[in-house]
Amino acid sequence: MSRRSLLTIADLDRAEIARILRVGNRFAEVMERDIKKVPTLRGRTIINMFFEASTRTSTSFELAGKRLSADVVNVKGSGSSVEKGETLKDTVITLNSYLPDVLVIRHQSVGACQLAARHTQAAVINAGDGKHEHPTQTLLDLYTIEREVGPLDGLHIAFVGDVAHSRVARSGIRGFQMMGAHVSLIGPPTLIPRDAEAALGVTVSTDIRDVADADVVYVLRMQLERMGPGGFVPSLREYAATYGVNHGRLRPGQRVMHAGPINRGVEISGALADDPKTLIERQAANGMVVRMAVLYDLLAGPSAGAEPAEHPIGAVSV
Amino acid sequence: MTVRLVQRPGPSASLVIRGARVLDPAAGIDEIRDLVVRDGLIGGDPAGLEAIDGAGMIAVPGFVDPHVHLRTPGREDLEDIATGSMAAAAGGFVTIVAMPNTSPVVDNAAVLGTLLDRGEREAAVRVGFYAAITVGQQGKELTEQVEMAELGAAGFSDDGHPVSDAGVMRRALQYQTITGLPLVLHEEDVRLSGRGVAHEGAVASRLGLAGIPPISESIAVARDIVLAEYEGGHIHICHVSASETVDEIRRAKARGVRITGEVTPHHLALTDAAIASLDPSRHKMNPPLREESDRQSLIAALIDGTLDLVATDHAPHDADEKEVPFEEAPFGITGLETAFAVCNTTLVRTGDMPLELLVRRMSSDAATALGLPVPTLADGAVADVALIDPEATVVVGEGGFQSKSRNSAWLGEELQGRVALTIAGGQIAWRP
Repeated sequence: MSRRSLLTIADLDRAEIARILRVGNRFAEVMERDIKKVPTLRGRTIINMFFEASTRTSTSFELAGKRLSADVVNVKGSGSSVEKGETLKDTVITLNSYLPDVLVIRHQSVGACQLAARHTQAAVINAGDGKHEHPTQTLLDLYTIEREVGPLDGLHIAFVGDVAHSRVARSGIRGFQMMGAHVSLIGPPTLIPRDAEAALGVTVSTDIRDVADADVVYVLRMQLERMGPGGFVPSLREYAATYGVNHGRLRPGQRVMHAGPINRGVEISGALADDPKTLIERQAANGMVVRMAVLYDLLAGPSAGAEPAEHPIGAVSV
Repeated sequence: MTVRLVQRPGPSASLVIRGARVLDPAAGIDEIRDLVVRDGLIGGDPAGLEAIDGAGMIAVPGFVDPHVHLRTPGREDLEDIATGSMAAAAGGFVTIVAMPNTSPVVDNAAVLGTLLDRGEREAAVRVGFYAAITVGQQGKELTEQVEMAELGAAGFSDDGHPVSDAGVMRRALQYQTITGLPLVLHEEDVRLSGRGVAHEGAVASRLGLAGIPPISESIAVARDIVLAEYEGGHIHICHVSASETVDEIRRAKARGVRITGEVTPHHLALTDAAIASLDPSRHKMNPPLREESDRQSLIAALIDGTLDLVATDHAPHDADEKEVPFEEAPFGITGLETAFAVCNTTLVRTGDMPLELLVRRMSSDAATALGLPVPTLADGAVADVALIDPEATVVVGEGGFQSKSRNSAWLGEELQGRVALTIAGGQIAWRP
C-alpha cells in the first residue's frame, strides 16, 4: 500500500485544501521570476503515467515536477508495454521497482488509481480515472475561483451539461461544497446521475434558464467518447440549441469556466470560448502552480510528515 | 425423468456425534442428544463407533446449493469438480448444482455425459449439472432437452446470458412440460443494464460507475412470470437482488404461479456502500450489491418464503482477472465456504432471522424448490449432515481456501460459524 495518496478530492479536508491553495499562491510568485525553478524536490522521482489522452494535465504535471527540480519520467499508454498487453498492475509493479516517490496516473477506467495504490509504495495522484474523479482539476478550479471571483463561501456554482460522464464535475461538486459553495446541476435528464440531489447534495434543473441563478457557470464537455452507441441526446445540434452556453444565456458579471478541451459550438459557443472574461485560460495557467503545490504537499509538506521549516521552497517561505 | 447427482465412491461414514443440538426443522427435530451415523445412514447402534464431541455445536441436515460455477469444462485453472465440491463440503453443503456457462457450453448430451462421468470420479459431495436452455446460450434454438433430461440434467439455464427473445422463452416453457425440470433463470434485461457495473444509485453516481438499474432485473422477471403463468411451467429465479423483483415474485406466488426464488449471502449481507473501495475482487458481481432497502426486502422475503432458499452463485475468478480497475473486472465472487458463516453472522446473530429458519432455507427448502433429494436427520436416511460450531470465529481465507480461487468479499474478515464436519451422501466429505 502506498503512502498518503490523492485518489479523490475527499482525501483532503477543508483545511488541507486551503493549505494547498496557499502554497499555490507562493509558487505563483516564483513563476513571476526570471528563473522559474526551485530546488524543493531535488532527488525525488515522479512518474507520470498517462494511459488516456491529455494535453493540459500531462503538460502541467510534467512542468510542475521539473520546476520543483524533481526527476520526471513520462509513460504513455501508446508506445509503452501496455501496447504489448501488459496489465496496469504489472506496469505499476515494474515502475515501482525504480522507487518513485509519486505516480501520477490518468486512466480510462474507474478504479485504476485504487488498483495502482495497492501495488506501489509511492504516493499515487489521480490525474483522472474514467468517469470517477479528477481531484487536481478541482484544486486548480478552487484556486482560480478564489483568485478571480472571491471566497467560495456562499458562492453558487452551476455545472452545465454532461454531468453523467464528468470526473471534473464529480470531484468539483464535492470540493466546492467542502469549501462552502452551493452547487447546482443543469442538463438533460439523460445526462444527470440518478438520485443526484440525494447522492451529491446538489439542486438539479433541466432548464438552461436556471444558469441565471449562478455566480459561476461551469460548462462541461460533451464526452462523446464515453457515451457509446445509443446516444444520450438526439443530436449535438439539438443539444447546442437546448443547453449550449453562449452570451445570450448569461447575465453580466457571471463567470464561465470549462476544464477543456472544448467542443466549440456544442456545449459552449465559439464567441464565448474566445471571450477573455471567461476563466478558461486562467484555469489552464493555474494548473501548473496548483500541481506544484500538490506535489510539494505530498512530498515535502505536512502530508509527508515533514517540518515545513526544513524544506523551504527555494527562497520562498511557506 | 430423474435428476442425476454424482459423487465419487468412498467409505461409508460410521461415527457418533455426542451431545450436539440435533436440529432438523423440516423433520421437527430439535434436541440435544447424540446423533449416530452407521454405514452411511442416520441412526443405528452407537456401540463401537468413533465418537466426536458435538457439545456447543449444531448438527443439521447438510446444505443444498442449486447455483454454483465449477468452471468445468474449460477453465479448470479457476475451479474444477474436485476443488469446487471440496469448497462445498467445507461450507457444510452436501448437494450442489453447477451452471452450464462453461467452455464448451453444456448444451448437448456429450458434454453433459462427460461431466457426469468426471463427477463420479472427482466430486466430494453430490453434484448435479444444469444444461443450457438454448444452443450455445445464444438465446435462439432450444437444446435437446429431452435427451439431456434422460441423461440426468438437473434443469435448464442460460445463466448469465438471459433469454431475451420472449418467443424462445415461451417455447422453452412449453417444452418443459415434457421433462418436468425447472427453468433456472438469471433475469436481466441486458439493454437496460447497458455497460453497467454497479447498482444504479447514489453510490454509483458518486463513483462515476455506469449503473445497473433494479428494473433491469424486475422487468425480466415480470415478463417470465407472465409467460410461466400462461404456459404453466416452473421457473426458478436466480440471485434476486432488488425489492421490485421481490414484489413481482410475491404477487405471482399469491396467484399460484409455479415460481421459486433464491438469494445469495452477499445480497443478504452487503449493500452498494461496500463498493466505495473499488475492489472488484470483493464487490463486483452481477446482479450488483444494492441498497439497504433492497437488502431488507430480501431478508423479509427469505423469512416469509417469497424467496425459497439461499444460493451462493459461487463464481471463482483468479487474482489476475480481478486485479484490474473495477470497471474492467469480471463479475462474481466465491461463496461456498462462507455461506453459512455470513448468514449466521449477519442475519442470525443480529436477530434478523432465527437459526432454525436459516437452516431450513439452506437445506430442505433449497432441495424441495429444485426437486432435489431432501437432506434429513430422520432415522434410516442417507447421512447428509453438517456439524457446525455457530459461535466459533473464523478468519476467512486464513489457512487457505478449498476453492482454487480467493475472490471472496470476506477475505481476511472475521465471521462466526465454523463447519467441523460434513457428511455427504453417507461419506465423510469434510473433517479438517
